[in-house]
Amino acid sequence: MRRRTREALLGWALLVPSAAVFGAFVFYPLYRLIDLGLHEKNRFGTAERYVGLSQYADVLSGDEFRSGLSVTIRFVLLTVPIGIVLGVGLAVAANRRLPGIKVFQTIFSSTVASSVAVASVIFLVLVNPQIGFFGDVRYLSLAHTDSALRGIALSAVWANLGLTFIIVLAALQAVPEEIDEAAALDGYGPLRKLFRITLPLISPTLLFLVVVLVIFGFQAFGQVEILTGGGPARSTETLVYKIFNSQQPLDQGEGAVMAIGLFGLTFVVSLLQIGLLERRVHYGS
Amino acid sequence: MAADAPRSRWRQAAWYLVLTALSVVVLFPIYMTLVRALSTPASYFREGQPLLPVDIQWDVFGRAFSEGDLGTKAVTSGVVTALIVGAQLLTSIIAAYAFAFLEFPGRRVLFGAFMATLMLPIEVTLIANVQTMRELGWLNSYQGLAGPFLATAFGTFLLRQGFLGIPRDLRDAATLDGFGHLAFIRRVALPVTRPVVAAFAVVSFLSAWNQYTWPRAVVSEGRWETIQIGLRSLSAATVDQGNVGLAAALLAALPVFALLIFLQRHLIRGLTAGAVKG
Repeated sequence: MRRRTREALLGWALLVPSAAVFGAFVFYPLYRLIDLGLHEKNRFGTAERYVGLSQYADVLSGDEFRSGLSVTIRFVLLTVPIGIVLGVGLAVAANRRLPGIKVFQTIFSSTVASSVAVASVIFLVLVNPQIGFFGDVRYLSLAHTDSALRGIALSAVWANLGLTFIIVLAALQAVPEEIDEAAALDGYGPLRKLFRITLPLISPTLLFLVVVLVIFGFQAFGQVEILTGGGPARSTETLVYKIFNSQQPLDQGEGAVMAIGLFGLTFVVSLLQIGLLERRVHYGS
Repeated sequence: MAADAPRSRWRQAAWYLVLTALSVVVLFPIYMTLVRALSTPASYFREGQPLLPVDIQWDVFGRAFSEGDLGTKAVTSGVVTALIVGAQLLTSIIAAYAFAFLEFPGRRVLFGAFMATLMLPIEVTLIANVQTMRELGWLNSYQGLAGPFLATAFGTFLLRQGFLGIPRDLRDAATLDGFGHLAFIRRVALPVTRPVVAAFAVVSFLSAWNQYTWPRAVVSEGRWETIQIGLRSLSAATVDQGNVGLAAALLAALPVFALLIFLQRHLIRGLTAGAVKG
C-alpha cells in the first residue's frame, strides 16, 4: 500500500513541470481568450464591458473573420495538393538504387533547413514586383490582389517540399520489395504500379501529410508579413495575420473570437491527426 | 543479359538527367539568392538581373554581422533554442517515464490533457499569451521567448512510445539489480531509446531555431530580435543594402542545414515519427 502511494506521488511529481507549462501557456490562455471574447474594451483598455456571446456571433459572422477564413482556406488549397504532388514526384524519382542517389536525396530534402522567414526572404528575390527575378510574371505577382496569394503560396510550397519529400521517401522505402517483384511478375508497368499499388499502400502516410500541411496552412503568418504585409488591399490577410494584428485593446475581443474560430478549425483537423497517431500505436512494431 | 546492358545504361543516364533537372529546380531559389547576395545591388540591376553575380562583394557575409548585427541575433536565437531543447528533453523524459511505467490515479485523464495541447498551437493562444507576458514583464526577455515551449506533448508522446518498447525482461532485470527510478532512466531507458531521444532533440532544435510568429509577438526591441525576425527587418532595408539581408538569410539556414548533413538519420527519423508505420 505504501509503495503504491509513493509511486503515485512520484508519477504526479514527474508531470508537474510539463503540467505547469501547459497550464500557464496553453490552458490558462484558452480561458483568457474565451473571457476576452465575452468583453469589449475601449481604445485604451481602461474600461471594459461584458457583452456576452453577442461578440462571438458578430465576429464569426462578420466580414473580417470571413475574409480571413477565405484567404486561409484558399492558401491551404494553393499549397497542400500541389505540395503533395511535387513531394511524391520527387520521392518516386529519388527512390531507386543508383550510385550517388544520396546526393540527390539530400538536395531534395534541403529545403527542410529553410524556415518560414528564410523562405520568404528567398522568394522576395524571385517574386518581388520591383526587384524579383520573376517580378513581371503576372500569374505570381505580389502587386495584384488576384495573384498575390499565389506568390506567397509558392514560397510555402517550396519551404515544405523538403519535409514532404522526406516523409514520402521514408514511406516508399518501407514498401516491401516483394510487392515490387510481384507487380512486375503480374506485368504491371511503372505508372500502373505507382497508382494501383504503391500510392494506395502509402495512403496513411499521405493522409498524415495532408493533415500536417493543412495545419501549417492554417498557421501561415510569417510568409504573409514578409512578402506582402497582408496586401495589396488586405487581400492576403490570413486568419493568423488578422489575429496577430488585433492586439490593441479596442480589437482584442474581436481577435480573441477569431482565435477561437481558428481553434475550431485546428481542433477538427487535429482530431484526425491524433486518430492517425493512435493507429500507429496499435499497429506499430 | 548482355543485350540488356546498353539499354539499362541508357535508362540510368536518363534518370540522372531527370534527377539533375529536378535538383536545378529545387536549388534555383537558393542559387538566385546567393547570386544576388554576392552582387553589388546597383550593378546587378543595371545588368538586367543576370544569372551570374555582378561586381562580386565577398565581404557581404561579414557585413551581415557588422551592419545587420547578425551575431547578437544568432546568440539570442542560440540561447533561446538551447533553453527550449534542454527543457523539452528534461520535461518530456520525466513525463514520458511517468506515463509509461508508473501507476497513479488520473493517468489516462492527464495523458489526454497533454495530448489536447496539440490542438492549441501558439497561433491560437497568441493574444492571451502576449498579455500574460506583458503582465509578467517578460516581453523582450529570454523567459518570454522560451517560456511557452519548455514542455511538449509531441516529445512526451514520442518518448513514451519509445519507453513502452523496452522489453519486459530488461525492466525485470533492472529491478532485480535494485535500480531505482533515476538509475533505470539513466542506465537503461535512455541508452536503449537513444535513437528516439536523438530524433526528438533534432526536431526540437529545428522548430525552436526556425520559429517566427511567437518571437515576433513578444519582441519589440531590436536587441532581443532572434535571427528569424531579424531577417524581416533586414529584408525591409533599402535596395542598396538588400544583399546584406539575403546573405543573412543564407547564414540563418546554416545551422539547420548542418543538421541535415551531419545528423540526417536522426532528423529523418524525427520528422517521419508518426508518419510511417513500423
